[in-house]
Amino acid sequence: MAFTLPSGPPVARNFCEYDFSKPVFRGSVVVTTVISQSDQSSAPIIETQGLCIRFGRQVVLNEINLSIPRGQTVAIIGESGCGKTMLLKSLVGLLPASQGTVRFDGCDLQSLSERELTKLRRRFGFVFQNAALFDSMSIEQNIAFPLSQHGVPSGSKAQDLIEQRLLEVGLPTNVLVKRPSQLSGGMRKRVGLARALILQPELLLYDEPTTGLDPIMSDVINELILRTQRRYSVTSIVVTHDMHSARKIADRVIMLYPYSRLLPGESQVLYDGPPENLDESKDRRVRQFVRGEAGERLMELLSTTGSSSHVDETPHLHDTIARREAE
Amino acid sequence: MVRDMGRSSYPSRDSLLGRLSVGFEKVANAWGSVVIQGINTLGDISLFAWRMLLWMFSARPRSETLMPNFYSVGVLSLPVVALTGTFIGMVLAIQSYHQFKTMGLESKLGAVITMSLVRELGPVLAATMLAGRVGSAMAAVIGTMRVTEQIDALVAMGANPIHYLVVPRFLACVLLIPALTIMADFMGIVGGYFFSVIVFGIDHAQYLKNSRDFVGGFDFFTGIFKSVFFGAIIAIVSCYRGFHCQAGAEGVGRAATAAFVQSFVMILAVDIVLNMFLDGIYFTFWPTSGSKLL
Repeated sequence: MAFTLPSGPPVARNFCEYDFSKPVFRGSVVVTTVISQSDQSSAPIIETQGLCIRFGRQVVLNEINLSIPRGQTVAIIGESGCGKTMLLKSLVGLLPASQGTVRFDGCDLQSLSERELTKLRRRFGFVFQNAALFDSMSIEQNIAFPLSQHGVPSGSKAQDLIEQRLLEVGLPTNVLVKRPSQLSGGMRKRVGLARALILQPELLLYDEPTTGLDPIMSDVINELILRTQRRYSVTSIVVTHDMHSARKIADRVIMLYPYSRLLPGESQVLYDGPPENLDESKDRRVRQFVRGEAGERLMELLSTTGSSSHVDETPHLHDTIARREAE
Repeated sequence: MVRDMGRSSYPSRDSLLGRLSVGFEKVANAWGSVVIQGINTLGDISLFAWRMLLWMFSARPRSETLMPNFYSVGVLSLPVVALTGTFIGMVLAIQSYHQFKTMGLESKLGAVITMSLVRELGPVLAATMLAGRVGSAMAAVIGTMRVTEQIDALVAMGANPIHYLVVPRFLACVLLIPALTIMADFMGIVGGYFFSVIVFGIDHAQYLKNSRDFVGGFDFFTGIFKSVFFGAIIAIVSCYRGFHCQAGAEGVGRAATAAFVQSFVMILAVDIVLNMFLDGIYFTFWPTSGSKLL
């Protein structure tokens, strides 16, 4: 499948110098303030310091310290319930931090008013797990939504941009008139990506972009993420369970572990490094996750099944654990 | 030793007094948590309404979000409100006729039916129908958007969900419920007239004269004034329930049900307060006028 991406310079803006009164869109491209190369290399685009997310007494994220430089593609991996999506949402202020700070381009998100935060979000693109397309709108209206929200007049130039983004994600223009319910899961995800790209954001966040897709479509999405990154030099943060995706698209992998399963004093970030070194990690839990091994979970399963009536499954579990321990 | 002495000063948990004490403690705890939860919810709804008002006055809603809501609230609700109004007018005539006839007051039936509809039944019925037809749908739509991350998507794309979703619904309910109330009043009066004059044979001229003499402009204003508050309650409670919807199909269903039940209860509670307030105003300006029916 061939994808054509339009040429265009990588863009970046400094939020603190940003003039909110001016529209972001002029002509057929998003016009932005390009900051110098030295600034790009030195300052992280997004960083967290002591980030904690709690729901009542339940701690989901504890003391997360991350710094992500511009242009990097980061994959956040970890088992279900470890707080990957919560971290992603807190990075764009969708979920307020219970404690700690999130800084985007040097600005603390929690210090911004609701209005400032709303305007800042035009610099983010978010691809949701199930695309989160608006049911009541057509595909065209969905992709055009960020444009209309940020004061871009609808017209032939906006229409061209919408069609261009749709072609970039490998979809024909005849889907523009359809409703989200008329598209397959993979097509919806691609429309979600086109919508996220329409304002040419500086930071793209993907929440499990390949979950629920067949291997071919997963690879198409991976390829799109890579091409988007190369073409626009956009910073990408990808939450995924898919190790094939993580190895293919990421410059850096961060592995989170559920807080409730940590030993006292342990960091929730078990691994932070290049994808090539994942297999050689000193932490057994990282190696187990990467290889898709149940590890301690087998012992837990044994303790529950041992006391239940499923006795016929127990010898098999014993064998598996013994084999793993021997290895 | 000290611990033993402390224990001995309380009745044993197995004794009758001890069991009563434990039972009372449980009931008190349960009611206490209900009261605290109720106050929390009321505070949350107030803050939600405040944020909605701030957005309403600071940024004009777009016509593409307003028009579908105006259509849904105003046009699509009209038939059901008109139908309900007609039936209620008829039922009022049937229920009242025989009792008024016993007292020889059947000619005053027009005044009773019109007064009841204009002051009370018209606005409350229109609000009830709106809460059932539109309020539940609002909660279900917004709840589904919450569950499927569409509200998060709105926020992520720089749209404020309160401005985008709540303000248009609030405006539609508040601005169009007076029109629906007028329709309920009108159809109720028509229904009452039909049964009283055509079926029961009350004199047509007497019926209309009594209706005109006993029902004043303030009565009409009372109904319309109250309906505005009812519309506001429906929009705010329904949208709030949608925004705080729990995950899954069951969560959406609960949100829709809670939207109707809570709106209805609040409408009745506010109705009492508004009636007292409006009566206070009426008797301040017209202190000598009592019930004109007597």
